[in-house]
Amino acid sequence: MASRPELQAPPEVFYNDDEARKYTSSSRIIEIQAQLSERALELLALPNDGVPKLLLDIGCGSGLSGETLTENGHQWIGLDISPSMLDVALERDSEGDLILGDMGQGLGIRPGVIDGAISISAVQWLCNADKSCHEPRKRLKAFFDSLYRSLARGARAVFQVYPENLAQRELILGYAMRAGFAGGVVVDFPHSTKRRKEYLVLTCGPPSLSSATPKAKGEDEESCSDDESSDDEGNQTVSISDRHRPRKKQKLNKKVKGREWVLKKKEQMRRKGNVVPQDTKYTARKRKARF
Amino acid sequence: MRLLTHNMLASNIKGVANGFPLKIEVGQVVEKHVDLNPEFLKNMFAKLDYKVLVEASKTMGYADLPEQAEPSMLESEDFLRKLNHALLELHLEEGALVCPETGRKFPVNKGIPNMLLHEDEV
Repeated sequence: MASRPELQAPPEVFYNDDEARKYTSSSRIIEIQAQLSERALELLALPNDGVPKLLLDIGCGSGLSGETLTENGHQWIGLDISPSMLDVALERDSEGDLILGDMGQGLGIRPGVIDGAISISAVQWLCNADKSCHEPRKRLKAFFDSLYRSLARGARAVFQVYPENLAQRELILGYAMRAGFAGGVVVDFPHSTKRRKEYLVLTCGPPSLSSATPKAKGEDEESCSDDESSDDEGNQTVSISDRHRPRKKQKLNKKVKGREWVLKKKEQMRRKGNVVPQDTKYTARKRKARF
Repeated sequence: MRLLTHNMLASNIKGVANGFPLKIEVGQVVEKHVDLNPEFLKNMFAKLDYKVLVEASKTMGYADLPEQAEPSMLESEDFLRKLNHALLELHLEEGALVCPETGRKFPVNKGIPNMLLHEDEV
């Protein structure tokens, strides 16, 4: 089960009726998709002037991400390769227009008309060759070139991606840069395996102040390696055991984990993005003997 | 598919120099009510190819749009209503889009245009 969907079948085959059904029945999938698209829209940083924009949703699937766009008052056009997923989008009465198309063949859209583009968990599919005529590099180039053309100057594109490895991320980013985009990767919750999410934030046009990559969530200022080394030093104090105490008590004392250890663990959990209670004077305080 | 999308779509076949505008073959047209949103229309007007929109709305059986339009006309509510109707309320439910250069047909089913290309067209 843990295998990546990209490795199982081409997208138009993998997202069949059964798989598409999950996107209406599973509240977990719906919630995650909504969160991802909410964050993507935030990273898109559209000007806050109340004017509805025309956005593009690449790999719109069942229109879950489009719903977030509609809620925020924007008009959108969705593109997907799976007919089953688009059927589900029709059932859900999505507000945007849907197009059955392959992003690797280039987007057939007029130049300079789109105000922004989002894509949730779709772009990594381009790295696969599912047919003998597919060449990932050519498909990536066709996709990014046509996207660059269709976006208005200064518009942004935000893609949430699950790259399989470092090389894949470099490949995707490389072709985006070659097409003329400026930008980079924003990693939310980099220390957590589950909540870690990568977003490609691209701006149409040369790099400028406005195209600086936004800050990620759940990221610490100080690098974690520094943190740990200082902790180690603290633990390295030389201890002289009291040889007059009974053996049993000596052992017990060694195992007790103090306030420092608890604080360190809580910090680790916080970095993973878990919900952790505040540090107070009660944290790791010893109970009274009479308890 | 709304005419807004039609106004943005171009044929993407390899070797086609000007795949815009796609001709519309009408099978069935549906109208769905959309609330008037002047800000969006004003934002879109600069990006629209107005002539193409007029032609397309005529093919869909709506001939009330004036032939010429200027940004100053966006102040009149009457014009905005017509633009709103043509751009967002008319849906092409069944039919086809035809590439102006090659004559290749992209079928439209249940309001979704199938823009997938064959291997030799990429």
